[in-house]
Amino acid sequence: MPPAIQCRDLRKTYDGKVEAVRGLTLEIQTGECFGLLGPNGAGKTTTIEILEGLLAPTSGEVSILGRNWRENEREMREWLGISLQETRLSEKLTVHETVELFASFYREPRSSNEVLEQLQLTEKADSWVGKLSGGQRQRLAVATALVCNPKILFLDEPTTGLDPQSRRQLWDIIREFQRAGGTVLLTTHYMDEAERLCDRLAIVDHGQIIAEGSPADLIERLGGHHVVEFSVSGNSDGAALQAWRGLPSVESVREDDGLVALNVKQPHLTIPALLEAIDKQGSQLQHLTTRQASLEDVFVRLTGRHLREE
Amino acid sequence: MSVAQETPVQSAKAPQSIPRRNGRWAGYSHLLMARMLELKREPEVVFWVFVFPLLLALGLGIAFRNKPGDAVSVAIVEGSSAQSAQALLARSPHHDLFKIQVLNADDARKGFRLGKFDLVIEPGLNNGFVYRYDPARPESVLAKAEVNDALQAASGRNDAVATTAVTSSEPGSRYIDFLIPGLLGMNLMNSGMWGIGFALVDMRQRKLLKRYVGTPMRRGDFLLAIMTSRLILMVIEIGLLLVFGIIFFHMRVLGSVLSIATIGGLGSLTFGGVGLLTASRAQKIESISGLINLVMMPMWIFSGVFFSYERFPAVIHPLIKALPLTALNDALRASILEGTPLLHQWSRLLILGLWGGISFVLALKWFRWT
Repeated sequence: MPPAIQCRDLRKTYDGKVEAVRGLTLEIQTGECFGLLGPNGAGKTTTIEILEGLLAPTSGEVSILGRNWRENEREMREWLGISLQETRLSEKLTVHETVELFASFYREPRSSNEVLEQLQLTEKADSWVGKLSGGQRQRLAVATALVCNPKILFLDEPTTGLDPQSRRQLWDIIREFQRAGGTVLLTTHYMDEAERLCDRLAIVDHGQIIAEGSPADLIERLGGHHVVEFSVSGNSDGAALQAWRGLPSVESVREDDGLVALNVKQPHLTIPALLEAIDKQGSQLQHLTTRQASLEDVFVRLTGRHLREE
Repeated sequence: MSVAQETPVQSAKAPQSIPRRNGRWAGYSHLLMARMLELKREPEVVFWVFVFPLLLALGLGIAFRNKPGDAVSVAIVEGSSAQSAQALLARSPHHDLFKIQVLNADDARKGFRLGKFDLVIEPGLNNGFVYRYDPARPESVLAKAEVNDALQAASGRNDAVATTAVTSSEPGSRYIDFLIPGLLGMNLMNSGMWGIGFALVDMRQRKLLKRYVGTPMRRGDFLLAIMTSRLILMVIEIGLLLVFGIIFFHMRVLGSVLSIATIGGLGSLTFGGVGLLTASRAQKIESISGLINLVMMPMWIFSGVFFSYERFPAVIHPLIKALPLTALNDALRASILEGTPLLHQWSRLLILGLWGGISFVLALKWFRWT
């Protein structure tokens, strides 16, 4: 069985100048939920639109379930459910009319009512799209993708700008689709979303994949297990950073906005030693937190930047 | 919580009802229905497409209605001759045609400059008069002729030839009769350009076009649905304006409904094609607004909507006649006012067809869906 989505050495150069995607290779198996994670402008949207057949790559190969866009577009369109980043659907149509419209493009769509029920939009079926909240609009966008009974769901930043409850609702819908055997490719710049939803993910920066694997694997490999963040009074210079590096169980050290962040394996070993060291220096501890390492830490470790930085 | 930690899946597939099958035209009919619903729910569309032309016709129809014997406004400069001029004019059989004011030379000329008077009568040599008039103002020329005629007749001129005048202001030759077909043409152009050109760029900007091409939707069906919605609106637009003209201005429609609808339909499709071409690349609604105005402006001026293009120098008439709106207006006027059969209008219909056809082909070549 061919992979659900496969691309090799994908490149996209806009106007011969801007290199949005620079040699990207991916293979996503059927039934997987795969995430492209990266900051704004990393090339995620360009990549997903090339995979969706909406944008021609400058070079590289794409195949979806073993077919390519040049020869099988019409047939492939029947398999794919797409939610673009920020599509503004017609405001003066009702939710039900919108889903029916999209359903009419496919040979064998699902029943619109059933899809609306699945996305908890039944109550809003007769409301104009213009009257919906952000979360409802986003669910409607996903409804227009799901109504075709897709094999693969492409979601470009599905939860950007949504409140926590709406995000959770969408996550449930995505999981449900995946449980039913569907393949999902989504882009996001939210770490928690990638961690919770994706079986595997690729971290994209400057149009290239800089790390790939399951969230847990990436965190373990690159983020350390826990993060201890603290600040002390007095100056902390390079020498001080070196001193922190020498504490028990510390894997790496970085300084970030006046906070020192230690990646540690076993915080219960590190923290007493840390307190002792600060005491010995005669400094005052001003702030101390510990948390589980996250993909954010992985990203910072890889790029030296935060995800949300422009 | 991650996917792996969730409770095991009970059903392998989401609940499914019996799959339905869509026929070949399901997409087209849904697109057409969606478009019509959207238009119906957009109050601005209803106003600009339907109400505005009616208001325009009403306003202009009233402003330029045929007044029984337009009064001639004359200023007579004070002086000895002023009284004799007044007396002579009062003796004329058409004295009720003249609106006369006697005032000093400065005020008279000032009023003339401002268009308050059509003619100024100044004292001349030998108890004669001097007419001050503007040969560039038709009403001024007319006033001079009328006043001179009245003065000469009252002073005892004998006409060498006996003449009789018969008045004719039949429906069909009035300004409103000229205006309504022009408004029809203009309206078809406006709604074609905005209803298609603007609407498409708006959808492109909203990424709706991109979303549509992400489905198996047939692109031709999409364009066809938009064109069909134009044709449906066209029938309503023409019908409303003609019925309005017939009821309020007792307009006489000589051509058959079928030939008027054919011309209207061809006009709609032509401007639909031009609108499509205008919209083929623009990414922002601001830029398409400018483009549409740029395309329409020459036609507003030259194509004889509000006044006949015969007023422009004859040299540029061939150019004016090559504009699609000119062809449409001429064809509508000939059909509505004179009942000219379509066959005799083939050259105008050909011009429309060429504009529409060439625009459409180029638009399909250049059109950007994303």
